[in-house]
Amino acid sequence: MAKPARMAILHPMTRPLPPQITGWFATRGWSIHPHQQAMLDCAGAPCQLLIAPTGGGKTMAGFLPTLAELADGRHTGLHTLYISPLKALAADIKRNLTGPIAQMGLPIRVEDRTGDTTAHVKRRQRADPPHILLTTPESLALLVSYPDAERIFAGLSRVIVDEVHALAESKRGDQLMLALSRLSALAPGLRRVGLSATVEDPPAIARILARHPDPCAILLADPGPDPDIAMLQTDAPPPWAGGGGRYAIPAVLEEIKRHRTTLIFHNTRAQAELFFHHLWLANDAQLPIGIHHGALAREQRDRVEQAMVEGKLRAIVCTGSLDLGIDWGDVDLVIQIGAPKNVKRLVQRIGRANHRYNAPSKALIVPANRFEVIECKAALDAVRDHTLDGDSDHDGPLDVLCQHILIRAAAGPFDADDLFAEIRTAGAYANLSRESFERCLDFAATGGYALRAYDQWQRLVQRPDGLWQLRDPRRALRIRMNIGTIVDADKMQVRYQKTRGGAPLGEVEEYFAAMLKRGDTFLIGGQIVRYEGMRDLVVEVSRTPTQKPKIATFMGTKFATSTQLSERILAMFAQTDWPDLPQHTRDWLALQRRVSRLPERDRLLVESFAHDGREHVVAYGFAGRNAQQTLGLLITKRMEDLGLDPMGFVATDYATLIWGLRAPGDPKHLFSRDNLIDTMTAWLADNAVMKRTFKASAIIAGLIERNQPGGPRKSGRQATVSTDILYDTLRKYDPGHVMLDITRAEAMRGLVDFGRIEAMLARIGDRIDHLRLDRVSPLAAPLFLEPGRVPIAGMADQRLLEAEAARLMATAGLTEAPRS
Amino acid sequence: MTALPFVFRAQILHALPSGGLHWPARDLLCVADLHLGKSDRMARRGGVLLPPYETVETLDRLAQDIALLAPATVICLGDSFDDLTAAQGLTDPVRDHLTSLMAGRRWIWVLGNHDPGPLDLGGTHLAEHRNGPLMFRHIAEPGAQGEVSGHYHPKLRLQLRGRSITRRCLLFDDTRLILPAYGAYTGGLFCDRPELSGLMGAAAEAIAIGAPPVRLPMPR
Repeated sequence: MAKPARMAILHPMTRPLPPQITGWFATRGWSIHPHQQAMLDCAGAPCQLLIAPTGGGKTMAGFLPTLAELADGRHTGLHTLYISPLKALAADIKRNLTGPIAQMGLPIRVEDRTGDTTAHVKRRQRADPPHILLTTPESLALLVSYPDAERIFAGLSRVIVDEVHALAESKRGDQLMLALSRLSALAPGLRRVGLSATVEDPPAIARILARHPDPCAILLADPGPDPDIAMLQTDAPPPWAGGGGRYAIPAVLEEIKRHRTTLIFHNTRAQAELFFHHLWLANDAQLPIGIHHGALAREQRDRVEQAMVEGKLRAIVCTGSLDLGIDWGDVDLVIQIGAPKNVKRLVQRIGRANHRYNAPSKALIVPANRFEVIECKAALDAVRDHTLDGDSDHDGPLDVLCQHILIRAAAGPFDADDLFAEIRTAGAYANLSRESFERCLDFAATGGYALRAYDQWQRLVQRPDGLWQLRDPRRALRIRMNIGTIVDADKMQVRYQKTRGGAPLGEVEEYFAAMLKRGDTFLIGGQIVRYEGMRDLVVEVSRTPTQKPKIATFMGTKFATSTQLSERILAMFAQTDWPDLPQHTRDWLALQRRVSRLPERDRLLVESFAHDGREHVVAYGFAGRNAQQTLGLLITKRMEDLGLDPMGFVATDYATLIWGLRAPGDPKHLFSRDNLIDTMTAWLADNAVMKRTFKASAIIAGLIERNQPGGPRKSGRQATVSTDILYDTLRKYDPGHVMLDITRAEAMRGLVDFGRIEAMLARIGDRIDHLRLDRVSPLAAPLFLEPGRVPIAGMADQRLLEAEAARLMATAGLTEAPRS
Repeated sequence: MTALPFVFRAQILHALPSGGLHWPARDLLCVADLHLGKSDRMARRGGVLLPPYETVETLDRLAQDIALLAPATVICLGDSFDDLTAAQGLTDPVRDHLTSLMAGRRWIWVLGNHDPGPLDLGGTHLAEHRNGPLMFRHIAEPGAQGEVSGHYHPKLRLQLRGRSITRRCLLFDDTRLILPAYGAYTGGLFCDRPELSGLMGAAAEAIAIGAPPVRLPMPR
């Protein structure tokens, strides 16, 4: 809960608050914000959405009606359910709510329930729920899956969804809204409250939040003063490529010294780790600085959070794990390292500074490389112009629906008609067809295969009375173990060796662990550790005095630059000069204009040149990372078909660089709209991105399980079938299967992002400009340093393998038998 | 078919792109770890409901190899079925397909840990099978000479110019040969794991399965 402002805003009270509450405000000399009062005034509405900036007393606005309704002590059982996207936020709200409740002397019990809550407490909470329960979407889904959900939620009056803007666009949000559809069925009359940061389209959020077709009242609070935001000036120019912002460390340290508490945001965990490491090495003044991100062990995070609450830290290097509204300490500066990619995220991060109403937030952004100077400039302009990235309405994804059906089945027998009606009360599923529902039900029940096997091939069975239930009630355990919609790469625990206490440090992605050899060093939690071995699927490490680690390459989320930012950058390119940009960036753009061209909004610039013994093609589509990646896959597919032996490509938010053994001649025909759409159709089915998308959806829908009773196998042999093989098998033998439809729909808007390619193609029409250059162009040069190169598994792959094998055999002094 | 010939115990053997092993001198095809009926077994045990097509897919592959090579003898090197119930529960079309493959040739079912009992399928059921200089059994035995086995589902991973390639693989040294799993739904064990690196001699080689298969020193 944020401190209400000290300004006396007098407002006629239309509903008297209990004296304990008004007295509490009065003794502090505080009064109620207009939007807090407005929330009280329409507390009886079936749905309310409050849009307020960070620090606007938003949380108190959400809870005041609850406190008022519970003040007389007559309500027994659960009254209000509070849901936040972050565990830490739930814990923080508990801290900030129990204080005032005790001071007001209200008879209200508040508890939180997250993945971190002990099994003992969780059991007690189910038997004897508190008045206010603070939880996360996943923990709620789990609660809803228990047979006693009906009893637990029977008296529920209000549900508060905090940071609803952050949930609205994700599968976590879809899962939450499905859980709420169940709650509304269990507790008729349940009122919904959404708390949101500033968003472009509040009615879109309201449609997702409200029980369809209930109306939703939207309350807009005063947005407060504009932030004080600028690009950090450094002596050294940013490097040509990379994302770490390490060059800015001296300037960042100076800023930390000048402020009380600084939050330093990074876009990925690996970058946060590296930056923290180097910041610490340069920290001659021994300033107390901590690191916080989602892959750290809970103990580590707790320590940093505690130190921050106590005001003991001058700076915290962090990632999205601190994006949302935890009110910690006295932050007076936010530094964003790397282009924010999306204006909304930038605005939220800026809001973390000066967590007080009516005080401007102070923020600096640090471009991590030369291109990001341009991107950061575009983002600053967008913040000043108050233009956020638009929200897009979406239909609820069916993989989440499949999981919801299983969760419903875990709670007890259900009637398909009732469940269908219930699901359609969730805004994102309001248009769900009965046919789609039946396919998902069939998938949940039998796997949904065209080939019907045996009776035992059933998870759910329909009883003679028409109700559906689990064939084997023990299945509920497996369903509960696999609840959730966040599908990360498989993670492995990292601990110190048993002989050294075995303290947990955090987790790394499995593929990263698989690359480690004994003696390798890497960064985790700001420390360099040495890989010692694997024990029971835990990565064991020791301390090491090494100064230079092997880079921690575990990834955070990679965001694509929003359409709005891309458009702003292209508009900037159309200028004759760039007096607002640093000299080095001006010179760079001017050179590009001289030796090649700058990309234009309604045209597609394609450059080709030979470099380093390979042929290269660059297409500046400005369609965002995912769409540029798809473009790379489509173009290389066409090149493979034409026998041009493409070897790989790399995509950024603004361009795709393709290399191969042969020059494509005039590459224009590769990019023609008809060609691309034809290739898309043929290609869509058979590529790595689709397989990755399939894997994520297969996990969410319950086709495969991440967690199994009894824990993982220790033999080292994979017990699970590779999802790539399942995907290929389904395509071959069951092309109409619902999982393939889900995968296609997901890919089109997610990793494949064909929507943005189509928008780009429509924009450029046939206006493709090809320039054959005698060397690498200034704008293309940084692409050569970009990580994340995608190899093409075509003939070049087999040729490489054969060459490598020949080399290894020769090295080993072996000769191959002649080919038959 | 782009098979890769190599010499093992003075015999010329062919590694097939399918993961099978062809011994032209004896007119013999050997395949390991078909794991037919795996999805059925998982469903039966209350596990996940995998697409029930792996048996059809695996038999199609086997049919292709048999059509091309027309071997007089086929050895299925154990774990041909994911369990005995799966073997008994074959659908009629699958049983017919298998019977047509078996017709007119010697067919040996070597028993595996997943399918330890005799099967109601014709052919010869053996715990192990000696054929001249080679001994065919499911699980490698210490000190064996000229042994061909399966069981471990070996695969390899190579980092090549910054890209990682994973393939099923056949392993061999001067005493033993381990075949990759032939079945469609089979995970694998990387050959640098102690279970495999401990079993294979220092000069062991691997053949990465592909079209064509590629021979290289066994990664450790």
